Amino acid sequence: MTNSIGELEDAEAILVVGSNTTEQHPIIGEKILAAVRKGARLVVIDPRSIHLSEFAEVFLRPRPGTEVAYLNGLINAIVSEGLEDVEFIAARTEGFEELKKSVAEYTPQKVEEISGVPAEDLEAAARIYAGAGSASIVYCMGITQHSTGTDNVLSLANLAMLTGNIGRPGTGVNPLRGQNNVQGACDLGGLPNVYTGYQKVADEDVARKFEEAWGVEGLSRQPGLTITEMTDKASEGELHALFIMGENPMVSDPDINHVREALQKLDFLAVVDIMENETMEFAHVVLPAASFAEKDGTITNTERRVQRIRKAIEPVGEAKADWEIIALLGSKMGASGFDFASPQEIFEEIRRVTPSYAGITYERLGTQGLQWPCPAEDHPGTPILHMESFPIGRGRFTPCEFREPAETPDAEYPLVLTTGRLLFHYHTGTMTRRSPSLVREIDRAFVEVNPADASELGIRDGEAVKVSSRRGSVEVNAKVTEKVGKGIIFMPFHFAEAAANTLTNSALDPVSKIPELKVCAASIEKL
Amino acid sequence: MAENNNELSYKLVPSTCVYCGTGCGVLLEVTGNRLSGTLPQKDHPVSRGALCIKGWSVHEFVHSPRRLARPMIRKDGELVETDWETALQAVATGLAGARDEHGPDSVGFFASARCSNEENYLLQKLARAAVGTNNVDHCARL
Ligand code: SF4
Repeated sequence: MTNSIGELEDAEAILVVGSNTTEQHPIIGEKILAAVRKGARLVVIDPRSIHLSEFAEVFLRPRPGTEVAYLNGLINAIVSEGLEDVEFIAARTEGFEELKKSVAEYTPQKVEEISGVPAEDLEAAARIYAGAGSASIVYCMGITQHSTGTDNVLSLANLAMLTGNIGRPGTGVNPLRGQNNVQGACDLGGLPNVYTGYQKVADEDVARKFEEAWGVEGLSRQPGLTITEMTDKASEGELHALFIMGENPMVSDPDINHVREALQKLDFLAVVDIMENETMEFAHVVLPAASFAEKDGTITNTERRVQRIRKAIEPVGEAKADWEIIALLGSKMGASGFDFASPQEIFEEIRRVTPSYAGITYERLGTQGLQWPCPAEDHPGTPILHMESFPIGRGRFTPCEFREPAETPDAEYPLVLTTGRLLFHYHTGTMTRRSPSLVREIDRAFVEVNPADASELGIRDGEAVKVSSRRGSVEVNAKVTEKVGKGIIFMPFHFAEAAANTLTNSALDPVSKIPELKVCAASIEKL
Repeated sequence: MAENNNELSYKLVPSTCVYCGTGCGVLLEVTGNRLSGTLPQKDHPVSRGALCIKGWSVHEFVHSPRRLARPMIRKDGELVETDWETALQAVATGLAGARDEHGPDSVGFFASARCSNEENYLLQKLARAAVGTNNVDHCARL
């Protein structure tokens, strides 16, 4: 997030797009509702009716995959009514004229044809967002999990810069990170192209710095493979060994049949996890890991706040913390620089090689945490990014053109399947589905179908159906509901026995390499 | 041991909820060596004493019977329990074997958005410094 969670309460307008906030980030959802109670104007854009859309002044329900079209449409409407922030554009940005030209054809009428959003609703949303003194954009996977995910995010940045909604309280472009430490895993170099703090592996100076810090030579300057690319390479027989820590690709990844085939081909697979999971079936070695309550460490939340977790109990059975497992393994492989006695010692090394974490210490974190960038021990942390300038100086508008999703409905697969999460469960369910209070709420997969589609197909509420795509099929019960529009079906992906990701498409965004989990063509039939 | 004394120790340990990226502040209730409950942390800058249903029950999975308790290794097609030394040696051999035979980029690592910063740091260091590949990624995109 460019801004902090608490600021949402004081925003004058909030645009929530592709985030079912009250279910996926309930406490942030609560802040948004608090803002509405205080008079903030709420715009919600989502292919499904969600809890927040009931509180929205304007609710847009576009066809999934048309994000660039309707975001360009919002920009078009703002510019044609002269609602852009002329001063901010002149002082802090570049490329406005090109942007203006590129959105000219995305009139609200044309956007209505593409996305199904009524032109006057789009204009009303544009006026609310651009007319507020401070307006915040909140988004999640509904924006990013598309083959146009990068363009979708750039379009949101265009919108915020156009209206000067960046660098002040209650504004910003605010992605909500789904899992508890996505932010930290990215910050700490758990990505194929960067070391910690987004320092590029291909940059010669950076590589030298890490060679010196780690006392090694010849670090690879060649960016590595993403998860989906590693899966492909494994199935082609080019990736031979895989080490999986705390992931369950047999449920979370797109096109599960393809994942299975890839894992079966590996010469060696090690799985480290706290719980039995579906991926272990293919493992040669399984190592038991300690849970968050059995170890010390830090995690970083969606507003860049680094926070402590603390050891409350001894590890269950013979489990060991993941850091300890990796440290032992490093030494076993004959590498130096892995003899750490505690997570705090590892954190001290992190600080030395990561400018944005340099000023953070365990002592300073206490029970309140600190928001990076925090470059020095006397630095208070950074609740709001880009207050004076952008890292690249001026903010650059990036024109984006609408492209259809990788897969669109046809005669054989006439519906659009979109996937998501539920309030009561977390990712692949290995933890939440072992939690009695959560399982009591819901423990079964389902598919949401619009009443019009249901009656055409002769499907009644609660009936068993088969949902199919080009990649596979699953059997679930139908939930007939107005929550989804005609032609759209929705499935949660938490449930391994009816895994939505058997159906999803692994087509990737060319830049971010994110798979298009939010759109694929599907069919549904009565069993 | 407290358990044998009829006098179970009780303490509250401040931590962070692990069920989403909001990062609400929790107090883990510890009775003996077991988690017995979760309470909200009142002065937390994000959650200010609130938690959602997932947060209130974040301790529940920890003592699940499906927790893995011992290392396992595959023998004759079956995963069987083993000791740490054997298991770690097998992993080291498996990874180093692929690297030596097919090159460092024939090895891959999945880091995790559910592990700590320190653990993600150490895993990418293992991939890059010990094996020599940048094939390290996690499920940020999923
Ligand atoms: S309490 Fe709820 S909102 Fe807060 S971190 Fe946990 S799951 Fe997320």
